[in-house]
Amino acid sequence: MATNIEKDDVSGTATTGHTWDGIKELNTPLPKWWLYTFYACVIWAIGYTILYPAWPLPGGASRGVLGWTSRGQLEQQMAAAAASQKETVDKIAAMSLPDILKDPKLLAYAQAGGSAAFKVNCVQCHGAGAAGGKGYPNLNDDDWLWGGTPEAIYVTLQHGIRYSDDPNTRDSQMPSFGIDGILTPEQIDQVANYVMTLSGETADAGKADAGKQIFAENCAACHGEDGKGNREFGAPNLSDKLWLYGGGIDNVKAQIHKPSMGVMPAWTKRLDDAAIKELAIYVHSLGGGEAPVTQ
Amino acid sequence: MVRIINTLDTPQEVDRESAVPVNKAENRSLYASREAIHPKEAHGFYRRLKWTLLIVLLGIYYVAPWLRWTRPGDAPDQAILIDMANRRFYFFFIEIWPQEFYYIAGLLIMAGVGLFLVTSLFGRAWCGYACPQTVWTDLYIWVESKIEGDRNARIKLDAAPWSVSKLSKRALKMFVWLLIAIATGGFWVFYFADAPSLFHDLVTGQAPSVAYFTIAVLTATTFTFAGFMREQVCTYMCPWPRIQGAMLDEESLIVTYNAWRGEPRHAGRKKAEAQGLKAGDCVDCNACVAVCPMGIDIRDGNQLECINCALCIDACDAVMDKTGKPRGLINYTTSDLYAANVAGKNEHWSWRHLIRPRTIIYFTAWAGVGLAMLFTLVHRTQLDVNVVPDRNPLYVTLSDGAIRNGYTVKILNKRQEPRTFRLSVDGLPGATMEMVGDTGAKGTSFEIPVDPDKLKAVKIYVSTDDPAIITKERSNFEFKVEELYRKDGAAPESKTYDALFHGPNGKE
Repeated sequence: MATNIEKDDVSGTATTGHTWDGIKELNTPLPKWWLYTFYACVIWAIGYTILYPAWPLPGGASRGVLGWTSRGQLEQQMAAAAASQKETVDKIAAMSLPDILKDPKLLAYAQAGGSAAFKVNCVQCHGAGAAGGKGYPNLNDDDWLWGGTPEAIYVTLQHGIRYSDDPNTRDSQMPSFGIDGILTPEQIDQVANYVMTLSGETADAGKADAGKQIFAENCAACHGEDGKGNREFGAPNLSDKLWLYGGGIDNVKAQIHKPSMGVMPAWTKRLDDAAIKELAIYVHSLGGGEAPVTQ
Repeated sequence: MVRIINTLDTPQEVDRESAVPVNKAENRSLYASREAIHPKEAHGFYRRLKWTLLIVLLGIYYVAPWLRWTRPGDAPDQAILIDMANRRFYFFFIEIWPQEFYYIAGLLIMAGVGLFLVTSLFGRAWCGYACPQTVWTDLYIWVESKIEGDRNARIKLDAAPWSVSKLSKRALKMFVWLLIAIATGGFWVFYFADAPSLFHDLVTGQAPSVAYFTIAVLTATTFTFAGFMREQVCTYMCPWPRIQGAMLDEESLIVTYNAWRGEPRHAGRKKAEAQGLKAGDCVDCNACVAVCPMGIDIRDGNQLECINCALCIDACDAVMDKTGKPRGLINYTTSDLYAANVAGKNEHWSWRHLIRPRTIIYFTAWAGVGLAMLFTLVHRTQLDVNVVPDRNPLYVTLSDGAIRNGYTVKILNKRQEPRTFRLSVDGLPGATMEMVGDTGAKGTSFEIPVDPDKLKAVKIYVSTDDPAIITKERSNFEFKVEELYRKDGAAPESKTYDALFHGPNGKE
């Protein structure tokens, strides 16, 4: 260290005493405001590391005397949100679906809540717009396998469809007419032609005539004499324009030969009752909902 | 500018100020601390103009939020209110919704073009007279001079060692500054909430924390900017001086030292004349430097630091009166006139200089935006309709083969009274509508009541089985919203909204 401080002739500033190739380094002090801000930050940082989690230690960071954690904060915020919604959610849980539908405020809340729950739990199969796909029903239309009243949708959501873990699940089975040898391929062709005529589509008139008898013997028990289906068994309406597994005679024949049947989980164990009600109301309001049973 | 010839026969003695223009380019070092500027109080036309503007502008700022304006219904009765919580902006008889934000954009465009116009006409008139930095600094300097005395007393006090007297003067000054700063921030928040009730809440400590925070921030900035930073804000922080180069031209009015008249300057002009030297009108008294709040010497020519406050004109005119020379050695003039006078032509400014292509274009643009806004404001309806179509799914096939589209129809009732509108679909053959949350009944029109000053959003499903429509990918139609009747007997309002109906177009 230089003991006698040298001053630069030109600027009048003290030098550090370092010289490189004859060039001397000026000892320009930091601006005062900067230095004080820096000291203030240091003091702040010390306080901060004491109050909040900061120091990495074996087995985790220091806890901080305030005991603050980001998880704890999230829990608090979630609890606060739940508390603010409690009154409405309790009302929804206590009220019947038709009564909720009559209350515009509860209806709006249930639709919003159901929409949020739908985006988490249902979009995987039914799609973000609830438009479904082949094998996954479109929830926007007015065609319902197990019923389109709010109550029927609610039951479907609670117990699922063909869901083995729930004893009250909606269940039915369509025989595999082809691979189990119940009908010959020729008979399947005939009955498929008859099914096409039910919804007014073009079909071989001769085959359809023969198929009518086969339909009455094998299919009408579930799908009805006129093919309008039966919601007791989730038997689809064969006389409308919507086909869950695709329209056209080939798809129909494939379905008779070896039917595909959808499975939907039961939600009672995963969601609370209010959330299921909200979902039922949301799905009901997608455009195809049918009037509630109990008015 | 009019030149007033002093009629005094015997010129009086002129005191010479020992003022140094600390911000003069040559005097200033980027490595040195700022040297305090103690502007001497000026007296004259421009100082009076500035006081008047200061009172008017601060008056507007402090009084405006307290003006009341009775509105019907639940609408707030404050004349000027930016109601963030309810998303409304009230200005006397005008109420603006967020959907009409283009009015604010229009006002900002007018403010911008207006600044161009004023600058090309009168130079930095904004900086010198109307900028909050100038106005509040003026007010702070006035407080300073009332407590600590004028320029020389302040310089002496600055240099004096700390004493009870100095401490008490400084403390009193800071206290008054702080009161002004608190009042500045305090009144800002009144534009955003009902002023009387917010004032009550602020005093009793019940106001929202954001109000206290806003007041604290604005108090701190007012106190520092007007009390301590002053001319540094204009020189180093504000972008406006830099834009001057593009905004000013040869015919803009600029505070100018007429060197062709003043030079060569002599402190003792008579002595110089007696010695046979050529002498200009400038007696080098430094009065112009002493009054300058920016710490510059106007005689160095047009400078970035100069805010064109014209206080040096007042100071110089007073000296010219004393020396018996015509006023206007420093005056508002243009570069062209200055050059003409240097060249020996005796030319004066006249109002005709204001009219030139540049200012006409600015004025036309400014007035055009203003008139367009006024026109739309007068002719705007108090009913607005927005339609948001469902995008997922675009369409739904129903069991009977019909196609259904979903829309969220938003009806904005901008009147302060409940109104009922009939919503129907026009131009879509075979269309029926269904309203979600209603009875579920299908129909071709719905009557929808909307609360006063509110937006109502209804989810509407439109279906049709018309073969011509459902085979097309897209069909145009419109939603029609008609008011059923008007209580005041005026013609009911109606609006249509163009919408698209999506179909499968043969695809599955």
